[in-house]
Amino acid sequence: MLRLPDFDYYAPSTAEEAVRVAADHGPDAAYVAGGTDLYPNMKRRQQTPAVVVGLSRISALREITGEASSGLRIGAGVTLTRLAEDERVRAAYPSVAYAASTISTPLLRNMGTIGGNLLLDTRCNYYDQTYEWRKSIDFCMKRDGEICWVAPSSPKCWAVNSSDEAPLMVALDAKLRFVSPEGEREIPARELYGADGINYLTKRPDELLLDVCLPPANGWRAAYVKLRRRASFDFPVLGVAARVKTAADGTVEEATVVLGAVHPSPRIIEEAGAVLVGRKLTDEAIREAGEIAQHLARPLDNTDFLPHWRKQVVATHVGRALAGLR
Amino acid sequence: MGVSNGTPKDNGANGHGQTTEPVGRHPRGEGERSDSAVVGKPFVKVDSRSKVLGTMKFADDLTLPRMLHAKLLRSTEAHARIVSIDTTRAEALEGVYAVLTGRSMPITYGILPVSQDEHALCVDRVRYIGDPVAAVAAVDEETAEAACRAIDVVYERLTAIDSVKTALETPEPRIHDYGEEGNIHKRVDLEFGNVDEALASSHHVREDLFFYEGNTHLPLEQHASLAEWHPDGKVTLWSSTQTPHYVHRALAKVLELPPSRVRVVAIPNGGGFGGKSDIFNHEIVVAKLAMVTGRPVKICLTREEVFYCHRGRHPVLMRFRTGVDERGRILGMHSQTYIDGGAYGSYGVASTFYTGALQTVTYHVDRYKFDSVRCFTNKPPCGPKRGHGTPQPRFGLEVQIDKIAADLGLDPIEVRKQNLVEPHSMTANWLRVGSMGLGPCIDKVVEGSDWYSKFRKLPYGRGVGLACGSYLSGAGLPIYWNDMPHSGVQIKLDRSGGVAVFCGATDIGQGSDSVLAFIVADVLGIDPVDIRVVCGDTDLTPVDLGSYSSRVTLMMGNAAIEAAERARAPLAEAVSKKLSIPRSRLVFGGNRVFDAENPETGVTFAEAVQFAETSIGTIGSTGSYKPPRAPGRYKGAGVGPSPAYSYSAAVAEVDVDPETGLVAVERIWIAHDIGRSINPTLVMGQVEGSVYMGLGEALMEAMEYRGNRGVVHKFPSMLEYKSPTTMEMCDVVTYLIEDPDPNGPYGAKEVGQGPLLPIMPAVANAVFDAVGVRVDEVPISAEKVLKAILAKAEGKDGRYGPAKTPAVEWHEPHRVPPPWEGGDGRAIDDPKHMPVPLADPSGHRYKHDMSGD
Ligand SMILES: Cc1cc2nc3c(=O)[nH]c(=O)nc-3n(C[C@H](O)[C@H](O)[C@H](O)COP(=O)(O)OP(=O)(O)OC[C@H]3O[C@@H](n4cnc5c(N)ncnc54)[C@H](O)[C@@H]3O)c2cc1C
Ligand code: SF4
Repeated sequence: MLRLPDFDYYAPSTAEEAVRVAADHGPDAAYVAGGTDLYPNMKRRQQTPAVVVGLSRISALREITGEASSGLRIGAGVTLTRLAEDERVRAAYPSVAYAASTISTPLLRNMGTIGGNLLLDTRCNYYDQTYEWRKSIDFCMKRDGEICWVAPSSPKCWAVNSSDEAPLMVALDAKLRFVSPEGEREIPARELYGADGINYLTKRPDELLLDVCLPPANGWRAAYVKLRRRASFDFPVLGVAARVKTAADGTVEEATVVLGAVHPSPRIIEEAGAVLVGRKLTDEAIREAGEIAQHLARPLDNTDFLPHWRKQVVATHVGRALAGLR
Repeated sequence: MGVSNGTPKDNGANGHGQTTEPVGRHPRGEGERSDSAVVGKPFVKVDSRSKVLGTMKFADDLTLPRMLHAKLLRSTEAHARIVSIDTTRAEALEGVYAVLTGRSMPITYGILPVSQDEHALCVDRVRYIGDPVAAVAAVDEETAEAACRAIDVVYERLTAIDSVKTALETPEPRIHDYGEEGNIHKRVDLEFGNVDEALASSHHVREDLFFYEGNTHLPLEQHASLAEWHPDGKVTLWSSTQTPHYVHRALAKVLELPPSRVRVVAIPNGGGFGGKSDIFNHEIVVAKLAMVTGRPVKICLTREEVFYCHRGRHPVLMRFRTGVDERGRILGMHSQTYIDGGAYGSYGVASTFYTGALQTVTYHVDRYKFDSVRCFTNKPPCGPKRGHGTPQPRFGLEVQIDKIAADLGLDPIEVRKQNLVEPHSMTANWLRVGSMGLGPCIDKVVEGSDWYSKFRKLPYGRGVGLACGSYLSGAGLPIYWNDMPHSGVQIKLDRSGGVAVFCGATDIGQGSDSVLAFIVADVLGIDPVDIRVVCGDTDLTPVDLGSYSSRVTLMMGNAAIEAAERARAPLAEAVSKKLSIPRSRLVFGGNRVFDAENPETGVTFAEAVQFAETSIGTIGSTGSYKPPRAPGRYKGAGVGPSPAYSYSAAVAEVDVDPETGLVAVERIWIAHDIGRSINPTLVMGQVEGSVYMGLGEALMEAMEYRGNRGVVHKFPSMLEYKSPTTMEMCDVVTYLIEDPDPNGPYGAKEVGQGPLLPIMPAVANAVFDAVGVRVDEVPISAEKVLKAILAKAEGKDGRYGPAKTPAVEWHEPHRVPPPWEGGDGRAIDDPKHMPVPLADPSGHRYKHDMSGD
């Protein structure tokens, strides 16, 4: 069996305590919620925190509060199973519930949380491997090595943001509330993700995610389409989150198209949204938006499927997401 | 069949078919019991409760007092010379009990006598990333792992070989210093009748290239072994192995112990599929570590290591040239296979022959030529995976037949049915076919799937495809040639009424323990739950060669019937005396022995045993089985013969997304000619399991490698080695065709592997029906389908597949006349060859039809 490295485990029961422990240990500490991302990474020695701060005893993180009309607040510790099944979420934010229901497997969804999902480490076929495997290729830039195998001349890492909820949160313009010894602050999902697979979050390591605030659920609709090889277990190799606000006659007033799983961060395709505004969601308009997105997508060879094919099918999947919003 | 003249059956060659050797057993009661009480009934498996409840002990569940844990340090180089190994830092770690390197076990081993090319730990050369170079026994896994990381190995990198093409182009450095030459491990060239002549006289000849990607078994249970050293100089190994007999041989050889002091116990496998049929490094290493430390030592491989053990499907590039007459009947076939063997021999020599041997057992091939080359490459070794060497050429053959039918405007079903091999006939390569139920199999799936209202009629994106297959019910020859039984069964009867049955076979989930209990229960007329099965223990059980080659039900089954009948005899004798009833009137049934004419008169089974024990003493019996001798006498004739061939046909219905190329298989109808079901539920389970595995091979599974710093497995994990989940599993409609085979126990044939074979080509053919493009490769991934669709839309060839084969210098073939062209099954260059004159020397099956040309 692959074994975990040694580490000290803390199980605080309040957010304040958790933040204090994490701050005390600086970069040696990591939070863990469901552990479905962190522990496998630790077994493979991609991440080797000396101190792990467990969040599962902090009941405040497991609450869903507020109203759809003014925006729902989802605690970072809410499990994906609950998110997928919660009646309020399903009624007002069906795409959020749906995306959660597609993540990994039922067992992993029982453990995995929305917080962990939004803060997922970036992924790459050269990186999500055991220490020995990585040693056989002399490692890579993201951990223990020098170069990027995906883009050898590149100064940066192209590991992919593979979260299914992240593109939606960006499309929905959700706000994330963090706490640290310096107090609370809110980061919009749109500003959370960095463009580099190594520095993939703009938050500091000791900042604890408290909750995610979804915008009031009126006047807009959103959809999520996930592409992967198998209908369970697999990470997305392409995620499309689309959000539109339409007038009574169906004319698009606002539109956001976000691609997930093809870049180090979820990427808003501004031009694809812009081309829809002022028009109805006709086949023609949808096709144009899809083509723009496809043109701008830059999948690389670090996930399942060939990157060329992943690019080839972007328009189709953007189209399917938008068609669902007609 | 339409053609009766000059068939292989009645042209004089059939004399070879006669045999006085043992055939399958169909037990009859001492009296005239006609129907079986157990055989053919859906009895629950003997181990199902423990599996469902999680109480079944697998190898990694075993623990012994003072047990140590082992880990292997594996090579991070694909091909390199070991310059030095420094274990000092590892040995100094607290909790480390022993560190081994290759020098401690210099003797080589391997599953085949001709490929003794493996070391328990590499001595001076590593041949793939994952090849074990050192081993540690420590107080726990963490310490063992830390110790492995503290071993310093210096390598001198050698050119790594990543494919058949590179292997052929790169004779030096050689991966092994044996084999044909350069990096060619094995070459086969055989010709049965003049194929060029047959092709020249054909109405239509097609040449096609296919590629079948390698894939692996993916058993849920990771290999595990536990070894114990006994102070009296004996060693015991408990292991998740399909072949305890061969592990026993190898352990004795490498550890230099008399075989009588080595005991190998096969623990029920959590899935095998051929992936636990070799002797593995870790099995020998833990035994050695137990000897060195004097303490029990256990290892459980990680999932990544299971990928490195591999021994799975060989990647095979194929070229088929097939000639047919106007009606699509096969006159000649030339098949060439280019095989990527990986770093070691494993079963590879047999696999090489298997890529040609069974092409002749479904459709009559009048003349047949077969060339094959297997190369060494710096990848985990390939070996036997379900279907062993035959799914690849079967894929090519079944797709090519569809293409031939399309070329000639014929119905692919009719083309197949016209070509069917006759039951009880011989093939061009001298395989003796017994019962042959492929015709009824095809009829069943054609009817069940409503084929004729779907084929070429479904809307764009949906399609149906059909394919067939056949497989051995056990190889006719053992791995080590000898005349001893292939399977032995021993029975001990007890005055309590309990029955203990001993056999060397291993239950790998397929249900062989249950089959053994069912057959013995059936013959003795008792309930299967009253039978205790003891299997796969080289100290306690008679030899059975192992759970591979679909041999167990047929061979162990026949041995079990013999043993059970022999056990029954003294009981009948004693009861007959006691009750003064003639033996011929006694019936064994319902846990009793009774008078057929007067069923109330009788004794319980336990009483019958007591009477027998009283009169003759302790009751026990043995039974054994050895397959009939195969008729072929040429070099290579040892691979392919079997006591019986199973047949299957399948129809796949698929849904192809033309915008992405993604293929979903909606439903499979599959019919399997089982001969006779010993237990229909277990048979269905094997059929459905084969469909599931077939979907994986057809759609996604691939052992892929990258070239970064050598040849490295692309992603040895269950997440990224894509195998279907339950969500991808299609609906399956199964039909069992029961036409008892004279060689099978109760007429039973195999089901463990055969039903896999038609799945991949059926899916390929269905994809063509759905979107009009051909993917002449497995897996049929979305990328390939979309590429072909886009090519076709641009007016180009709507095909994805290999375009050329590498250059190989083929040798002059050994020429063996097919049975209907005379000869005695020997090659004509064999000095012992004796031509047998024929009544009709040109002897083609289709001579009459062709005479008009
Ligand atoms: C086989 C498999 C398949 C998967 N498939 C998918 C998939 O299809 N789609 C997908 O999106 N994900 C997938 N995942 C990833 C993962 O399971 C989910 O994203 C899950 O939601 C992660 O949540 P967690 O609570 O388990 O995270 P953890 O592992 O506990 O944490 C993940 C990261 O977030 C940090 N973190 C967690 N909570 C907080 C917090 N409150 N504040 C600050 N930092 C925090 C941790 O420090 C860590 O760096 C898969 C994982 C596996 C193993
Ligand atoms: S993108 Fe490059 S640097 Fe980043 S993880 Fe992959 S190989 Fe490493």
